Amino acid sequence: MSARNRTQPIAGTFAWLAALLMFFPIFWMFLASFKTEVEAIATPPELIFTPTLENYRDILQRADYLSFALNSVIVSFGSTVLAVLLAVPAAFGMAFYPTERTRGTLLWMLSTKMLPPVGVLVPIYLFARDVDLLDTRTSLVIIYTLMNLPIVVWMLFTFFKETPKAIIEASRIDGANVSQTIFSVLLPLVLPGIASTALLNIILAWNEAFWSLNLTAHNAAPLTAFIASFSAPEGLFWAKLSAASTMAIAPILVFGWISQRQLVRGLTFGAVK
Amino acid sequence: MSTTAVTRLPTPRTRRSRTSGGAVNTLPLVAPSVVLLLIFSLVPLAATLWFSVLRYNLLNPAIHGFAGFANYRFLFADPALLHSLFVSVALVVEVLVITVGLGCILASLFETRFPGRSIARVLMISPFFVMPTVSALIWKNLLMHPVNGFIAWVTRSLGLGVVDFFTDWPLTSVVIIVAWQWLPFAFLILLTALQSLDEETREAANIDGAGPIRTFLFIEVPHMGRAASVVVLMETIFLLGIFAEIYVTTSGGPGIATTNLTFLIYERALLAYNVGGASAAGVIAIILANVLAAFLVRAIGKRLDI
Repeated sequence: MSARNRTQPIAGTFAWLAALLMFFPIFWMFLASFKTEVEAIATPPELIFTPTLENYRDILQRADYLSFALNSVIVSFGSTVLAVLLAVPAAFGMAFYPTERTRGTLLWMLSTKMLPPVGVLVPIYLFARDVDLLDTRTSLVIIYTLMNLPIVVWMLFTFFKETPKAIIEASRIDGANVSQTIFSVLLPLVLPGIASTALLNIILAWNEAFWSLNLTAHNAAPLTAFIASFSAPEGLFWAKLSAASTMAIAPILVFGWISQRQLVRGLTFGAVK
Repeated sequence: MSTTAVTRLPTPRTRRSRTSGGAVNTLPLVAPSVVLLLIFSLVPLAATLWFSVLRYNLLNPAIHGFAGFANYRFLFADPALLHSLFVSVALVVEVLVITVGLGCILASLFETRFPGRSIARVLMISPFFVMPTVSALIWKNLLMHPVNGFIAWVTRSLGLGVVDFFTDWPLTSVVIIVAWQWLPFAFLILLTALQSLDEETREAANIDGAGPIRTFLFIEVPHMGRAASVVVLMETIFLLGIFAEIYVTTSGGPGIATTNLTFLIYERALLAYNVGGASAAGVIAIILANVLAAFLVRAIGKRLDI
C-alpha cells in the first residue's frame, strides 16, 4: 500500500497538471456561478470580477427549485433506505450461512444489472402510465431501489464476508441471545460497511439521469431533470446554470470524496478492492 | 438479466449450518431481494419481447394486432438502426481507449510520492460525481461554445482558429464529455490495483536497471491487467446506455450523427409513440448488452471465492 520511497518531482508535476486539468471544468463552473450573466459569457474570460450571489438568490427564489431539490433528496435517500433494508438480510444470510446456491444467486443478481434500462423503457413507461405512477416520486424510488439492489447486496456481502464468523460463536458461548448478538456484536462491526454502501447508493441515485428524464415531467423531477431544462435555447443563462449546477453537485461531490475507497469495491462488485 | 450465464433457479436452499452455532433458515432473508429482482428483470423483459411482435402505436389505436417479425424486418431495413449501432460501438470503444489508456498512465503517476498527493487525487476523481446533465451542459456551454466558450478563447489566442464542436465534431464532442466523466472511474480502479504491487518487485526491476518507462510497461501495466479488464467490462455496460449527455447536448444530431441505440429507442418510443418498433430495437439492445455481460459475469465470477 506504500508509495515509492523517493519523491519524484517529474511524475508529481504531471500528476498535479492532470488533476488540475480534470478539475478545471468544475472550477470554471464554480467561478461562473459568482459572475453576472454578462461576465459569464465575456471573451476574453473575466478572471477578476466582483463576486455576486445574485444567481444563487435567483435560483433559490424560483419557487420550484426547492421542490426539485426535495425530489432528489427523497428519491435518493428513500431508494437507499429501501435497498439497504432489503439487502442487509440477504447479504447477511449469504455471507454467514452460505449454501451451494449462494454463488449462483450472487452471479444472477449481478447479471440483472446488465439489462440495459432502455430495453425495458417501453413496458415500464406504459405500466407507470396505466397505474398513474408517471411523474411520481414513488416510481423513481421503486426503480432506483431495484436498479441498485444488486450492487448493494454485493457490496454488503463483501463487507460481511470479511467479518470473522467466530465472533458469533464467541458471543453465543458468552451467553448472548440472538438479538444481543446481532445488535451488540455484529452491527457495530458491519456498520461502517453499511454506511459506505448507502453512500454509494445515494451517489448513484442522485446522479441517475435516464429514468428521471423519461419518467418525470415536473412534479417528481429531480435535479438532473431540472438542470436538463437549461439546455433549451431560451434557458441559456450561463451564470444561473452554473449556480444551479454547483448546488446540485456540491453535496454529492463531498459524499464521493468521503467514499472513494469503498466506491471501487462497490462498482467492481468486489473484484478490485 | 436472467438470460445470461446462470439458469438455475436462484433460491437458496435451507440447510443446517454448524459453522455459526445453530440452524439458520436463510430463505426468508434472501427471498425478498431475489423475488423482487426476479419480477423487476423478467416481467418488463417479457413485455418488451411481446410488444416487439405487435403492431402497437400509442397515437393510432387503429393500428393493432400481431405483427410477427415485421417490426424487426422494418428495423433492419432502416439505415438509422445500423448507424445507431455504429454510434453506440464507436462511443464505447473511443471512450474505453481514452479512459483505460490515460487511466493506466495516471495511476502510475499517482503511485509515486509527491506533495499534496491526496488532494490531487480528490481533484482527479471529482468529475465522476458530477451528474451527467451538469457535465454535458457545462462542457457544451462554458467550455465548448464556439463564440463564448473557454476552449474557443484559448485556441483563438493561440491563433489556431475556432472549432464549433457540436457542429464540426459532434460525436467527438460527446466522446470528450463522456471520457471526462469516466476517466476518474478507470483511474481510481487501476490505482487501487496498482497499490497492491509489492515494493520488492519494483525494487528488483530498479536494480536490474529498468527505468521508469520500462517499469511502467513491463511491471505495472501487466499488474493492472486484471483490473483493466474489469474497467473495460463495467464501462461497456454503462457506456452502451449513455443517454443524458446526448439528450441535453445534441438530441442525437446533427441529423443522426450522435444517435446511439439508446437514444434511437427513446425517440421511437417516447417521441414517435411506436411501441412495437421501439420494443424490437429494445430487444436488440438487450441482446447486445447480454453478449457483453456474459463475458463480464465470467470474468468477475472467476475471482469470486465463496
